[in-house]
Amino acid sequence: MKKVNLLYITFLIIGLTSFYLLVDNQFYKSIVIYILINAINASLLNILFGYTGVISLGQAAFYAIGAYSTGILTVQFGVNPILTIIIGLIISAIVAYLVGYPTLKLHGHYLAMATLGFGMIIYILLNEFSQYTGGPSGLVGIPKLTFFGFTIDNESKFYIFLSIYFVIFSILLELFDKSHLSYKLKFIKESEFASKSFGVNVAKVKLTVFVLVAALTSVTGSIFAFYSGFISPVSFSLKYSIDIFVMATVGGLGSISGGTLGAALLTFFPELISNFEDYEMVVYGTLLLVIVMFFPQGVAGIFKKVFGKYVKIG
Amino acid sequence: MQFLYSGLTSGSIYALVAIGYNIIYNTTGLINFAQGEFVVLGGMLMYTTLSLLGLNMFYSFILTFVTMFFIGILFERVFLRYVRLKTETNLITVTIALAIIIRGFVMIIWGRDSLAVPSYIEEKTIPLLSGSITSQSILVIVTCFITAVLLSSFFKYTKYGKAFRACYDDQIASTICGINVNMIRMLSFAVASFLGALAGAIIAPITFVTYTDGVMAGLKGFAAAILGGLGSFWGGLFGGFLLGVIEGFFAFIFPSGFKDAFAFIILLLILFVKPSGFFGKKKAIRV
Repeated sequence: MKKVNLLYITFLIIGLTSFYLLVDNQFYKSIVIYILINAINASLLNILFGYTGVISLGQAAFYAIGAYSTGILTVQFGVNPILTIIIGLIISAIVAYLVGYPTLKLHGHYLAMATLGFGMIIYILLNEFSQYTGGPSGLVGIPKLTFFGFTIDNESKFYIFLSIYFVIFSILLELFDKSHLSYKLKFIKESEFASKSFGVNVAKVKLTVFVLVAALTSVTGSIFAFYSGFISPVSFSLKYSIDIFVMATVGGLGSISGGTLGAALLTFFPELISNFEDYEMVVYGTLLLVIVMFFPQGVAGIFKKVFGKYVKIG
Repeated sequence: MQFLYSGLTSGSIYALVAIGYNIIYNTTGLINFAQGEFVVLGGMLMYTTLSLLGLNMFYSFILTFVTMFFIGILFERVFLRYVRLKTETNLITVTIALAIIIRGFVMIIWGRDSLAVPSYIEEKTIPLLSGSITSQSILVIVTCFITAVLLSSFFKYTKYGKAFRACYDDQIASTICGINVNMIRMLSFAVASFLGALAGAIIAPITFVTYTDGVMAGLKGFAAAILGGLGSFWGGLFGGFLLGVIEGFFAFIFPSGFKDAFAFIILLLILFVKPSGFFGKKKAIRV
């Protein structure tokens, strides 16, 4: 078993803390918050796609389930905010089980299509059930997150909260990377038949990972709902699923820093270029194509190749 | 009866897309995620050649199909061939990337609006068995049938068609017999892209064409292909029509906003109950 890589975690903690202390700008802080949210989603997809080799094009759907469970339950029914996170998690897990059970028994591409379709369905439902979801115009007035008497009611507090969540998440991810489970998943990715003959229950392991990833994505969705206070179907369309997919792939499949790197690059640069929206799809598609064709290890892999001699990177 | 006619019309499109999936799946074992984008490209090219360039209908069809034929070849020759790590996941990801690129370019070139392609024949409504059907719908259904018959005889009687079927049965054996498997793979992409364009071109006057249409067309075509059995030619045709009619029926009963949801529910159900579909020869590989 490899040793846990402390360098990456330390770097994250120092980076996030110094950013908080040095930069006093609401706009940049909100960008970092979005980067962190995307990084969590992309890292989760990375476990699914990069480690296990399961393509999911419907992560936005689970993200939406989390956000809308929180939104609907707090706004329409006045349920305790923390409870709504848990409810969203459970709904998301059940739904993921229902989608994953028939498709993950079969070969790769079935789940990709099924999740793509599932994402579209959720998007349609969000727009159609306007009684609860507010339809295309969205849901307003989601209360702020409160726990143990603390209310997270401004940008800075939320930044601290999300940073702590993200660091804990990264540590868990790092532990996962060095665990027996991650090798099992990589074995499945290499060859399903070989791992099966070694006694790995491939369908069950895949389904477990898929359900877990969906549940955690839903938690991120809930956090997003608390942060923005307003949710509308636009944030959960197919485009977001593809964004996450591209982030995970560009960052580097099968490496822990991959999701974070990809999210940081692809969330930050579009902010710099005005009028980027028109060319976004072409740029993202081209990036995805080039990375998959020539650099299957992604940006993290390129880093590793260049600096790997001097510094040990995750 | 009315839902039957509209179901058959959209069913023809799903059938053509499904056959495209099947052809590629049989020769390469891949699902081409850009199949739906071919439909959009077909419609867009028809719009450009007919409305913008003002060409004769015959020439615009030729131009569209030849272009799409070469785009299919480009797909296989340039992109899929030079992937470094040729795992199945990587190859599928390449088709996803190409689908995104095509969608992006279509949006940049043709914009976000729905574009209307002028109809190819005189518009008439024909009363038929307690309902009515438009002349355009008849054109779509008839074209689909003619294409299916032509393609099946191509597979059955011509030299290349037989090579296609040989590759489907066993690629190594067909290489030994002197069949150029690489060329068949390339041609399968070309034919699939041609079929997608045909579907897009004939449906464009009825539903118009928007840059986002590709996702739904691709998804429903896939559902049709699964329904009929992935890899089966007649299964794709049958699955397409069945899906179209079921969808038309549900749209008849429920609010039309939910119409698109049914294709997906059918897809999940069929994967749950019988993953090999109705006519699937090769078993869907379980792991």
